[in-house]
Formats: sequence, structure tokens, C-alpha cells
Amino acid sequence: MSGLSDLYQEILLEHNSKPRNFKAVEDANQTSEGYNPLCGDQITLSLKIVGGVIDDVGFQGTGCAISRASASMMTQSIKGQSVEQAEHIFDAFHHMITEPEGEIDLDTLGDLETLSGVNEYPTRIKCAILAWHTMKAALSGDTQVTTE
Amino acid sequence: MTKMFDVDRIRDDFPILKQRVNGNPLVYLDNGATSQKPQSVIDAIVDYYTTTNSNVHRGVHTMSQQATDGYEGARSKIRQFINAGKDEEIIFTRNTTEGLNLVAHSYGRQNIRSGDDIIVSNMEHHSNIVPWQMLCEENGANLKVVPIDDSGELVMDEYQKMLSSRTKLVSITHVSNALGTILPAKQIVDMAHAHGAPVLLDGAQAVPHMPVDMKELDCDFYVFSGHKLFGPTGIGILYGKEDYLNSMPPFLGGGEMIKSVTFEKTIYNDLPYKFEGGTPDIAGAIGLGAAIDYVNGLGFSRITAHEEELLQYGTEALESIAGVHIVGTAAHKAGILSFVMDAAHPHDIGTILDEQGIAIRTGHHCAQPVMQRFQIPATARASLAFYNTKEDIDALVKGIDRVIEVFS
Repeated sequence: MSGLSDLYQEILLEHNSKPRNFKAVEDANQTSEGYNPLCGDQITLSLKIVGGVIDDVGFQGTGCAISRASASMMTQSIKGQSVEQAEHIFDAFHHMITEPEGEIDLDTLGDLETLSGVNEYPTRIKCAILAWHTMKAALSGDTQVTTE
Repeated sequence: MTKMFDVDRIRDDFPILKQRVNGNPLVYLDNGATSQKPQSVIDAIVDYYTTTNSNVHRGVHTMSQQATDGYEGARSKIRQFINAGKDEEIIFTRNTTEGLNLVAHSYGRQNIRSGDDIIVSNMEHHSNIVPWQMLCEENGANLKVVPIDDSGELVMDEYQKMLSSRTKLVSITHVSNALGTILPAKQIVDMAHAHGAPVLLDGAQAVPHMPVDMKELDCDFYVFSGHKLFGPTGIGILYGKEDYLNSMPPFLGGGEMIKSVTFEKTIYNDLPYKFEGGTPDIAGAIGLGAAIDYVNGLGFSRITAHEEELLQYGTEALESIAGVHIVGTAAHKAGILSFVMDAAHPHDIGTILDEQGIAIRTGHHCAQPVMQRFQIPATARASLAFYNTKEDIDALVKGIDRVIEVFS
């Protein structure tokens, strides 16, 4: 069952059990709620953006291990980055998850590469991408997004 | 003498059960979503398209008559299957959802007004919630929701209190798709009738598991889908008492549902055709008829006994695993084992089981109010049919052990 162990790698399981930045940012100036109507996964993302830089970020909500780990790792990767860089990471992540044959931008993604196994599970892509679409929506000033 | 229930032989009738999925023999435990089809159903559909395909009720040629005979023959089989009084009371629809919407649009718009009450329960499928919400939005009626207790039983005292002269319809599930609860349908009907309110029962999850008897239940409407009853997708049934159906306006206008059309006046057709506008799913109806023949051949006394044994076996097996919690523990249940795990989210459970060839449903099962009631985002649901075995349950248990292993 190599597929399964590719999917549920240790680092993913660790982020699931101990998610980073699992909080509401108190003085957030951008928040967005993401919802996957297929499975009921829900995430609230809050961002504090100062001078075009993501000063703080937190997420809350319920979801499967993949959506939770993806959200946790995303917050780590975008914290302290410029909005432009966060959008660049989004593009690289989106490409990795949705293009199984494509090249993975390891320089940009780092540990996020752990989630690449998801692209072999079409039914789980929406789990991995939920937090990311929520981040993209928050950066665009949209308060709600769904994966449908 | 009762014949033995030979599950291995029954499984041979279902070609799909020989499939391998992800390198493992298929363990199909998603019958609540849709059931598999015996070869006789597949053959009936192929045979229809190979030898008989024609439109019904309008040709003078031989094949058209044969198609009509097949289609109407299926209607009679369904009438007998649910012990309804007349073939005219059996309306072919696409599925349960369409039956519910038909009643909401036709009966609901005609008879339910601002200030009236429609009663549903907290364990309805979305298809028995949304059509009534849409109707209430349109006409100002109120949707009342009978609560359920922690085991997933309807709170009958609260139901009693909700009934009044304002109650214009009670629309309640016969068996809960998310919890497996078998509701006390006869009692629900009698209590509503004491207040002059008609009752619609959603039988989608009941008809595959138990005999249903329209005369005994005395419900006014009953809806179900063919595909959960080992028949094809795209065909469903609305049963309605003749007096109600006669008094109701048509649902879909078009061909088939008229006697004559002029620009001055159109005369609608008689039952059941009044509610069957357009060319119906003829092959679907014939396939459903074949499915009913198959189920009748096995007999519900044996099906129910086998499934009750499996459900008990499965319940005990899941209860014995630390960190697994069954959701829906009513005294009377049919075919459904919904559960959550401390270790993993239902979606992760579903993926890990799928790797082992085990098909279950994960999510909210189109019953989000049930999830809200139990304060959980989703469940994993194993749902049974008569072709399932104790080995299928053992595979499920082994699969759950693997989930625990991955998440440990």
C-alpha cells in the first residue's frame, strides 16, 4: 500500500494531531470562511496584513487529516511572507496538487511537497486545497468561498 | 419449508460483486447510497433495448404494445409489492426526490396556505426538507421539526404536541438514511390522521429491507427509488391514495399526461398518466419490475432475518473496537452502521478503507441536520444489503484496524 503511505506521511499526521497557528488572529484585518459542501469541512482563516506582509495568520474549523494538515502547513509557509509571495506559493501548491505529471517547485514549496501524494486521490484534492482557496479569497477581500 | 438463505449463491447473481478494487476483492458496504443489480435486472434492460424498444401508449404497432405491456406490467408488480389498492395509484417518477417535489408542487401549492404547518423530523434526508422549505418560502407556511433523542429515535411526545388543526401535511422518513432508525410509521400516520392531516412517508431506505404495506400503513403518499431496491437508476415511485391524486393538479405538463389539447382548453389524462408527462423511463420501469421479482424470489422473511443477524454482528464488532462510536443506536434499525472514530475523520477512514477495496459512504449523507443534532461534522457509514456477509463485516473491522494503525 505505497499509495496510502505516500498520502499519510508522518509529517502530515503530525500536523493533523498538532496543527500550527490553530487560532483566531485577534487583530486580524482579513478573514475568510471556506466550506466544502461535499464533506462538510469548514475552515475560518484570519490574517493580519501590515504593509503588504502577512504579519500573523491563524485557522480554525473542522476537517479531515488532509485538510487540517494542509491548513497548518500553509499558515507556516505564508507567515512573514509578502502577499505577492503568498500568491506565488498558492500557484505552486495548486499546480502540484492538480497536475500529477507537472514539475514540483520545491524551492517555493519546501515541506509542502509532503502533500503531493494527494494528487493520486482525486476525491481528496478538495480537502487539501480548501485552506488555500480560503487564503486566496481572504487576500482578495472575499469573506466566503466554497470548493464547488 | 423455508429454503436456506444461501448468500454465496445469491452473490453469484450480482456480477459486480466479483470486481476487484485497488487489488482487493470488492467489499460493497454502500448500499444506502445505491444497491447493486442482479443479472436478471441487467438482462431485462438489455433485452428490452434489444427486442422491444418502442414508445408506450401511442403506437399501433406490435413492439409499442409489447413495450406498453412491459411498462404497465412493472406498475402492477410494484402495486402488489407495496400492497396498494390500484395500479392507478402507482406513479413512475425519476427517484424519491422527484416524488417529494411532485407532492410539494402539486398537493402542497393547492392545499397549504400561509399559517399552516408542515411537519418533518430532525432525521430527514435533504430531499425531504428542501422542497418543503421552498414551499414555505413561497406560501408562508411553517416547517415544524420533530426532534430526535440521543439514540436517534423520534420523540413521539413532541410530535403529538406539534399536531394541530393547522397541520396540513406530515412528511417523515420510514427509515433514516444516516442513522438506520426504523420509525413507527403506522403510529405516525394514525396520530396525524386524528388531526385530519395527510402523511407522506419517505421509503427510500425502507423498501430494500422490509415489506411495506400501503393498506396497513394507511399513509396517503409513499415515495421510493428503484436504484436502492436493486433496480436501475432513473426510476422511482410515488404511491398516492387515489382520492388525493385525483384532486391534485398535474406536475409536469406535456405529452402523455393529456387527453386532448386545443389552444382553448386542455383536458388532462386520468391516473396515473396525469402525473407522467413525457416519455417515461420504460427500460427503468421494466428493470425495477425485474428487481422486484428478484426480491420476491428471496422473500422478505429471509432477507430481514439475514440482515438483522448481520446488523447485530456488525454492531457488536464495531462496539468492541476502542475509539469507535456508533451514531444511531435506536432499538429498531435497518441496514445502517454509522460511526465515528476518535483517531480519524470519516473522510480519512473512507480513503483508507477504499485502499482495501471496501466501499463505504463518508460525509453528512445529505442529512446535515442529523450531524448538527449529534454535533459531529460527518460520519462513516457502512450500509448493508442481503448479499453482504459476516466476512464483509470482518473486512470492515480489519480495515478499521488499519485506520487506527495509520493514525497511531
